[in-house]
Amino acid sequence: MITLGKDEIAKYPFLADAGQYLKDKGFTLQQFGVDPDLKISLEKALNRVQVSADGKIYKSDLIDGEASKDYVLEREVFSFLLAIVLLKLTKMNTLIKRFALAEARRAEKYLEKDLANITDESKKELAVKIIDDLFSIQIKKQDDYFIIPISNYLKYSINFHEREWKLVNRHVGAGYVYLTPHETVRLIRKELSNYISSKIINAKMPSMILGFEEPVQKLILLSKKFATYTITTGEYPPCIKHAIEILEKGENLPHSGRFMLATFLLSRNQSIEQIAPLFKNAPDYNERVTLYQLNHLAGTSGSGTQYSCPSCEKLKTQNLCFAIPECDNIINPLQFGKRRK
Amino acid sequence: MQNKEIKFLEESFKKYYFDHFDLIHVPKRTSEREFGFQKFNSGMIRHISLKDDKELHLLLMQNTPSDVYCSNAYYSFPNQPMNEKDWKEADLIFDIDAKDLHLDCRQHHSVTKCNECNQISNTNNHCSKCNSTKIEIKSLPCKHCIDGSKKEVVKLLNILVDDLDVEKHNIEIYFSGNEGFHVYAYNSQFQELGSRERSELVDYIMFRGTIPETFGMKKLKPNRSLFPEFNEKGWRGRLSKEIFGSKSKRSKIISDLISDGYSNFQKRLENLSTSIGSQIDPNVTMDIHRIFRLPGSLNSKSGLSKVLCTDLQKFDPYSDSSFLNENTIEITANCPIEFKLKNKKFGPYYEEQTTVPTFAAVYMICKNLARIS
Ligand code: SF4
Ligand SMILES: [Zn+2]
Ligand SMILES: [Zn+2]
Repeated sequence: MITLGKDEIAKYPFLADAGQYLKDKGFTLQQFGVDPDLKISLEKALNRVQVSADGKIYKSDLIDGEASKDYVLEREVFSFLLAIVLLKLTKMNTLIKRFALAEARRAEKYLEKDLANITDESKKELAVKIIDDLFSIQIKKQDDYFIIPISNYLKYSINFHEREWKLVNRHVGAGYVYLTPHETVRLIRKELSNYISSKIINAKMPSMILGFEEPVQKLILLSKKFATYTITTGEYPPCIKHAIEILEKGENLPHSGRFMLATFLLSRNQSIEQIAPLFKNAPDYNERVTLYQLNHLAGTSGSGTQYSCPSCEKLKTQNLCFAIPECDNIINPLQFGKRRK
Repeated sequence: MQNKEIKFLEESFKKYYFDHFDLIHVPKRTSEREFGFQKFNSGMIRHISLKDDKELHLLLMQNTPSDVYCSNAYYSFPNQPMNEKDWKEADLIFDIDAKDLHLDCRQHHSVTKCNECNQISNTNNHCSKCNSTKIEIKSLPCKHCIDGSKKEVVKLLNILVDDLDVEKHNIEIYFSGNEGFHVYAYNSQFQELGSRERSELVDYIMFRGTIPETFGMKKLKPNRSLFPEFNEKGWRGRLSKEIFGSKSKRSKIISDLISDGYSNFQKRLENLSTSIGSQIDPNVTMDIHRIFRLPGSLNSKSGLSKVLCTDLQKFDPYSDSSFLNENTIEITANCPIEFKLKNKKFGPYYEEQTTVPTFAAVYMICKNLARIS
């Protein structure tokens, strides 16, 4: 187990043993629901979840991963631990996934900074150790780079579809890939968010705590909003449903899948503004690029041709087809549900 | 092929296996491998597991296979159906084949055999007699083809050792028994990689999927200092040697590259793939469930053996991998291309009767360019 200093727990709160941390500080969960001084942490926790649901990263009170006052650090950790309690009580998977991804991105920033730290060797060592302990990737420092075994690198890089992540576009030598601190942590974002979400999912289910009802209610409402805008998939064919599910889980949908989904929804007269948020959870989401690509597919920019949804046959070869009996007799996902016997 | 020919090939193959048990061994970790074989004119039998050399030799004697295969993968239960085998790991494996190199010499030693009327023609897409397009291309690779394949092997070896850190003593090179080479890499860090990861290694080795940025070229405001140096590791170093030639030309050439622009540089990279990348067969390396010709066994496309090359440069397949016997046999040959085996020249034959040693008869019959008289 990694031993963490005060400011490190604030940066990487998912490494802390929640129950133990509260006990050490002399608090119980119940106090946070009723004590007016502690309630601010609960509000912060609610905010932390809400922000993540929106696809953004929670803005912490830490400055460069440090705080002038101890209580600021503590509040930072409390809000994370309480956010988990709220998520457990809300029981909405979409919120958990979004929260985990946002928290992973947040931690990523600190990890990157710690890796690049040249004045404080111990900070760098901690980051290296976290990566090794959590994902068994052995990174070593060599000159200005971090080097990791090629086989380790490939395990993660194959999930990226940008060409720059291809091995051939990397500095490779003597069995290692050379990465900057930024690239190193980017490589494991997905694993980090999986780690955080599995931690939440495996956490013990608390019973309702006095004073927590209101934020939980708010979160349930919030998650309903998500449900309505994406899960109107009743009439959608399995290939499309599957693609949406992948995106909602914050997992990587290959380019061909994104193409299928976007062209399908555009043909169903969904607007670009309605479609774009679907891609928010993608590990490599970039709002500007997404809008640009959607406009391109819709024919509202560039060539002016609107792209059409690929045929079932094509999608089968791309492993995107998950045919069910209702798919019989159709040759394009757009026909799904339209032909009745 | 008719029964007469099959009988002759089976007898010759059987005699080879009987006389050369010393050349044919099961690979290490035998019980974790899947074996398979084929008989002349029949389908593949796979999912076999063997314990040792003895069991292998027995299989060879009982079945007189045309081809014998063994997995590069290791399984818990190699004789179970594929999804119950429990895949553990697989050696890295590469196939370099002269026919994939598209060398100019190829047309001079290829003929087509018509499946309808058996006519042998020099045309390459239809039969010169009946115009049928049901044809098979038969090639008798020349020295140039073999040298071309060797070059690709050397490129591969450099990448394996320098970039991928595979130790030299863990690499074995085999002549495939027909037109190319098989390279095995054991005990590397890549043993447990799946097919998608292996496909990334393939692109790396073949120098495919490159982007100009990797080599210092940018769309906007290119920066001279980002271009590769001579002594750099991996592809940057190799590319700089290739495009700059010498250190003294580097600066001038960088200026040229920048003025030629981004998309020309991109094209240049794509073209370089065949000259500096190693031309391996991507599907072979990516497939982690394949069974592969067993070292020491005969290749039914030629009657030559798959043999270990200890000195690649000196290796001559036409003398070093021909092990069939010298007993003579009368055949009717229709082999318009001259070839050399065991330092003896044969052909060209134009639908004529001739008496040749078994090894030469088998070679032509395997290529479908002769029959027993
Ligand atoms: S058959 Fe067509 S509509 Fe049905 S899942 Fe496959 S691709 Fe989608
Ligand atoms: Zn013909
Ligand atoms: Zn040739």
